[in-house]
Amino acid sequence: MINESTVFWSRVLTETTLSFHIIYATIGVGVPLMIMIAQWVGYRNNDEHYILLARRWARGFVITVAVGVVTGTAIGLQLSLLWPNFMELAGQVISLPLFMETFAFFFEAIFLGIYLYTWDRFDSQKKHMLLLIPVAIGASMSAVFITIVNSFMNAPQGFDIVNGKLVNIQPLIAMFNPAMPTKVTHVLVTAFMTAAFILASIAAFRLLKGSNHIYHKKALYLVMKCGLIFSIASAIIGDFSGKYLAEYQPEKLAAAEWHFETEKGADLILFGVMNDGEVKYEITIPYGLSILAFSNPMAEVMGLNEFPEDERPPLYIHYLFNLMVFIGMFMVLVSLVYLVGKWRGWSFIASKWYRWVVVAGGPLSVIAIEAGWWLAEVGRQPWILRGIMRTEQGATTSGNVDLMLLLFCILYIVLGIGSIVVLSRMFRSNPIEKEIEDRESEKGGEVR
Amino acid sequence: MNLEVLGISVLWIFLFGYVIVASIDFGAGFFNAYSLLTDRSHILTEIIKRYLSPVWEVTNVFLVFFFVGIVGFFPQTAFYYGTILLVPVSISLVLLGIRGSYYAFESYGSAGHKGYAFAYGLAGLLIPASLSVVFTISEGGFVEVVDGHPVLDYWKLYTSPLSWSIVLLSISAVLYISAVFLTWYAWKAKDIDASNLMRKYALIWSIPLIITAFGIIVELRGHNVEHYENIIAIWPLFALSGLLFLVTVWLIWKKRSYGLAVILLILQFFFAFFAYGGSHYPYLLYPYLTIHEGFTNKEMAIALVIVFILGLCLLLPSLYLLFRLFLFNKDYVTGKSNDHA
Repeated sequence: MINESTVFWSRVLTETTLSFHIIYATIGVGVPLMIMIAQWVGYRNNDEHYILLARRWARGFVITVAVGVVTGTAIGLQLSLLWPNFMELAGQVISLPLFMETFAFFFEAIFLGIYLYTWDRFDSQKKHMLLLIPVAIGASMSAVFITIVNSFMNAPQGFDIVNGKLVNIQPLIAMFNPAMPTKVTHVLVTAFMTAAFILASIAAFRLLKGSNHIYHKKALYLVMKCGLIFSIASAIIGDFSGKYLAEYQPEKLAAAEWHFETEKGADLILFGVMNDGEVKYEITIPYGLSILAFSNPMAEVMGLNEFPEDERPPLYIHYLFNLMVFIGMFMVLVSLVYLVGKWRGWSFIASKWYRWVVVAGGPLSVIAIEAGWWLAEVGRQPWILRGIMRTEQGATTSGNVDLMLLLFCILYIVLGIGSIVVLSRMFRSNPIEKEIEDRESEKGGEVR
Repeated sequence: MNLEVLGISVLWIFLFGYVIVASIDFGAGFFNAYSLLTDRSHILTEIIKRYLSPVWEVTNVFLVFFFVGIVGFFPQTAFYYGTILLVPVSISLVLLGIRGSYYAFESYGSAGHKGYAFAYGLAGLLIPASLSVVFTISEGGFVEVVDGHPVLDYWKLYTSPLSWSIVLLSISAVLYISAVFLTWYAWKAKDIDASNLMRKYALIWSIPLIITAFGIIVELRGHNVEHYENIIAIWPLFALSGLLFLVTVWLIWKKRSYGLAVILLILQFFFAFFAYGGSHYPYLLYPYLTIHEGFTNKEMAIALVIVFILGLCLLLPSLYLLFRLFLFNKDYVTGKSNDHA
C-alpha cells in the first residue's frame, strides 16, 4: 500500500534538508555564545579589539542566521509534509517541546534584531552587551527543545497504547526521556566547540594570508581556549552517550561497533573495513567496548545477533562513528598543543603548517557534526519511533516527492553558494585594518 | 469556552499577526522592485529598508508559530493537510527561502543586485498566492479520501474560479495593507515623496480588494452552502469591516490622520479575518475534519496553554521593546541614527 520509492525519496529529502540545515543551525547555536564572550572580554578589559571581534562576528552571523531560519522553516513544515502519519501520532505526545522551541526562537529573533541595529545607540557598551544574553539563551534553548523532540523519537515514553490508540499521555514524562540528558548536552557542547573552531579557522586563515594584526592573534587565542574546553566536554559527554546506548539502545551501539556476539569483556573495533561479513584491517582494543559501555572491562555487551534481522540498523554507521570520534579527539589535541605551545613559547605553533592544521579544524568539526547526526539517525533505523512506528509507516502517501527533492536541492545550492560568496566578499572588502582606521577617524563624529 | 475553541482562537490570532506583518513585508518587496523598474527607487528604497531591517526575522516566526501550534493543538491536521499540501507548500517554502535569504544577503553583502531584487519582489506576490491555496482547500470539494488517505485533485483546484478569486484577494490585500502602512511610515519619517507615492498605490489596490472580497462570498454560495449561510448569519461583522475599510480609504484620500488609518486598517482585517474564521467553525477541512475531532488529548492541550501563557509573558515585553526602539523611535524612523552592525 505504501509506495516504497516515496518512502525512499522522503528520507532523502529529509536528510538533505537536515544535513544542510545543521551546518547553519550549529553555527547559530554556537556563535552567539562566542560573540557574547568576546563582547564581555572587550568590555571588561576595555579592549576595542574584542568589541570589534564581536561586531564582525555578529555581522557574518546574520548571513548564517538568515539561511538557518529559512532552512529551519523548511524542515519544520517538511516534518508534516513528508511524515504526516508520524506527526499525527507524535503531535499528540511531543508537540510541547516543539512549541517551546518556537518561543525560544522568537525570543532570540527579537533580541538579535535589536542587538544588530543598536550599535552605538546606547551610552554604555554594557547595555548593548546585555542584549546578547537573551540571544545566546534563546539560541541554546531552541537547540535544547528540538533535541528533546529527537530524543523522544529514540526513546519514546510518556503514553500507553491501548488497542492501537494513545492514552494516558504525560507530556513532561515524554520530554524527560532517558535519551534526553546525553543528547541535549552533547548537541550543545559540540555546537559550541564547532563554532569556536570555525572562528579559529578564520583567524588562522587571515594570519596565513599575510595580515599579521594583533587582532587576529587575540581572536585565535580566545577561540582556541574555548575550543579546548568544549572539545574536552564533548568527549566526556560522548562517553556518557555510549553508556546510554549500551543500556537503552544496544542495537545502535552494536551496529556502530560491529559487535555481533553477546559477550563479556567485549573488544572495541577501531577503523577496519567490512567485506562479505568479514572485518579486515581493524585495530582491536581488548575490553575497550565493555569499558566504553559500562566502565567495567568484564561487563557483558549485547551483540547485534540478538535482534531480528529486519530491526538492525545498517552496518556502515561504524565508519561514521569512527569519523566523529577521530575528529573530536584530533581537535582536543590540536587546541591543547596550541595552548601549551603558547604558554611554553613553542615557536612551531606560529608556523605555516600548524596554522593550516588550525584552518582545517573548522571544516573538520562540521564534518564531525554531520557524521554524528547521520550515526544517530541512521542508527535508529528501521524505526521512526523506536519500537513503535517503522519509518515506512510514517511516510506520506502523496506522490511527487522526488520532484520536490530536486526543487529543494536547487534552493540549497543557491543558498549555499550565496552565503559563501556574500560572507567572503563582506570581509574581503572590509579587512580589519580598514575598519580600525575608519573607526579611529570617526571617533567624535557620527558613527555609522 | 472549551479548549478547542481557545486553541484555534490563539492560532488564528497568530495567523492574523502573520498576515499583517508578512503583508507589509511582501508588499514592500514588490513596491521596491516596481520602483526599480520605473526608476523611482530613490524615493522608496531607503524608507523600506529602514522599516524592514530589524523585523525581517520576527515576521517569519509568526508563521512557524502557527504551523507548529496547529500540529500541537490539532495533530490530525498534520495527517490531512500534510498529505495534501506537499506540492503547494513546498513551492511556498522555496519562495520563502529566496526571500528570507535575500534580505540578509542584500543588506550585508552585495547591495543593489537588480535581478535578485526582482526575484524578491515577485516572490512577495507568489508566496501569498501559493499559501492562500490552503484557504481554498479548506472550503472542501477538492480533496477525496481514497483507501483512507486524502488525495488532492489539482485539476479541479486550478480550474476553480473560487481558488483564483482567493489568490486575487490575497495579492490585493497584501499590496493594500503594505501601501497603507508605508504611507504612514514614510509620512512619519517626513519623507513626503515616498508617502505620496504609497498613498497612490493604497488607493489603487483598495479597488480589487473590495471587489474580490464580495465576489468570494457570492461564489461560496455555489460552492459550500453551509459556509455561505454561516457568513450571512454573522453579516454585521462583515459590514463593520466594510465600514472600517471605507473610513480608511476616505482618510487616505483626504490625506488625513494616516496613523488612525493604519489602526482602522488593522481593525478592518481583524473583523473580517475573525468573522471568516468564525463562519468556518467547526470545520478545519470541510467536511472531513472538525476542530472537535482533530483536537489533541486533554493533558497536552493544558500543557500547551500553560506554555503559551508563559511564552506570551516573555514575548509581549520583548516585542514592545523592539517597537519602542525602532518603529516608535523618532531618530531611527527619520533616519537620524542608523546604528546597524
